[in-house]
Amino acid sequence: MAGVAGGNDFQWCFSQVKGAIDEDVAEADIISTVEFNYSGDLLATGDKGGRVVIFQHEQESKNRPHLRGEYNVYSTFQSHEPEFDYLKSLEIEEKINKIRWLPQQNAAHFLLSTNDKTIKLWKISERDKRAEGYNLKDEEGRLREPYRITSLRVPVLMPMDLMVEASPRRIFANAHTYHINSISVNSDHETYLSADDLRINLWHLEITDRSFNIVDIKPANMEELTEVITAAECHPHQCNVFVYSSSKGTIRLCDMRAAALCDRHSKFFEEPEDPSSRSFFSEIISSISDVKFSHSGRYMMTRDYLSVKVWDLNMENRPVETYQVHEYLRSKLCSLYENDCIFDKFECCWNGSDSAIMTGSYNNFFRMFDRNTRRDITLEASRESSKPRATLKPRKVSTGGKRKKDEISVDSLDFNKKILHTAWHPKDNVIAVAATNNLYIFQDKIN
Amino acid sequence: MSEQEEGMATVEEQQEMEDKVISPEKAEEVKLKARYPNLGAKPGGSDFLRKRLQKGQKYFDSGDYNMAKAKMKNKQLPSAPTEKTEITGDHIPTPQDLPQRKTSIVASKLAV
Repeated sequence: MAGVAGGNDFQWCFSQVKGAIDEDVAEADIISTVEFNYSGDLLATGDKGGRVVIFQHEQESKNRPHLRGEYNVYSTFQSHEPEFDYLKSLEIEEKINKIRWLPQQNAAHFLLSTNDKTIKLWKISERDKRAEGYNLKDEEGRLREPYRITSLRVPVLMPMDLMVEASPRRIFANAHTYHINSISVNSDHETYLSADDLRINLWHLEITDRSFNIVDIKPANMEELTEVITAAECHPHQCNVFVYSSSKGTIRLCDMRAAALCDRHSKFFEEPEDPSSRSFFSEIISSISDVKFSHSGRYMMTRDYLSVKVWDLNMENRPVETYQVHEYLRSKLCSLYENDCIFDKFECCWNGSDSAIMTGSYNNFFRMFDRNTRRDITLEASRESSKPRATLKPRKVSTGGKRKKDEISVDSLDFNKKILHTAWHPKDNVIAVAATNNLYIFQDKIN
Repeated sequence: MSEQEEGMATVEEQQEMEDKVISPEKAEEVKLKARYPNLGAKPGGSDFLRKRLQKGQKYFDSGDYNMAKAKMKNKQLPSAPTEKTEITGDHIPTPQDLPQRKTSIVASKLAV
């Protein structure tokens, strides 16, 4: 499966865009997470308003076999609502931080969605039949008078318009003092982990009143706090292994067989730093905003402010690959610190075959790197290039003095247009890119 | 930007050009320290992390709030501060200060 554009036979083109075109974006409409399910048939988004929208892939039409099908709305529901913790004077945002699908085991679909404090297990099920001809109820559902019932009949199942229902099946609450940044379903399909700034908990999907604390990095004296947990993920195949990243740019791999409390890591991944190049910004830009295992389970990828690194789990002292996302921002760190952009948390993702990786940038740009050919490309999610099946043109940021035609200078970049969340279909070359309040879907052109 | 700041910028630019030989990152640090001389010696240290951990903290006393609300009927209170400043125990929140906490059940525009 090809990964990245640049070759003669592979190009990305626009497929769909969801969301309003308003200039004035309501805070609640800002997309905060995007996730395909295991088959790629469903695509879920969460937003700052606590809402989840799920899209389903429609089959390709027979008339246009060269096009992949489209994603259309399947279900939408309010997952979380704003809360206020009166005891601690804490406002709890309804923003959905993460959505993770469970592997499908029956006709229904299950996903976990979380805000800062509470994780919920949602069941999404279809209903396309309705029973008719009840004995005790009439057609409107009202109870019949008993004396009117003179005969007995068997209700018949009649087809009805498809109805998709979402219901909360489990609510996992009150286990996190700090803000939840990650959830990850374990390969045993029974447990999952949730991580906040200082602690990681292990849950059983059936049990909501208890969870095991497996990592606790809270110091006895909070004045001594030097680093926080930024992301965590379960290994895709080994149910005893998980990793978590820190604000200091390190990753710890833990083995739950070794101890009940995994405060002592099994592996510690850190790239050595040249002490002479250290600056005020070094630690801030080294903070890892996302960590993702490859599908193979052999590698993991981390995203820090300026780069994406691929690590071999067998080698702890340095990454095997480093890709620069937007190195030209290094000479803009002062203003990026002042406008808080330096704290933006970008995510990253692998393609299905682990041959390519993708991450977002500013100005609605996103970047893809082909690990085999070492080629990279910058593309833009914009309404201008949103004509049906239009091929996306590669973009370039000019760093030197001379700006070529079609290039954009660093100072012209719009830092309010950030692409923090992207997702790659687990099998096909279809990607979902969240640009503030719009969701773009791109696919490859089948030649 | 004021004229004074613009004047300072050219001095900074000159210094930056010298520092660029070293590294763009260090040049940016010099720029930052020039603008904010009080910036803590420990970059990304516990102050910064503690601010991150305390996100969402609001200070609210219902007694003070109701007293302030009662006072509002008599005289004009000073205008509410911008959202970025933290409302601490010193400042009594008034109905103008508190952000609207709507339990919005407006459908997402993605679902159209």
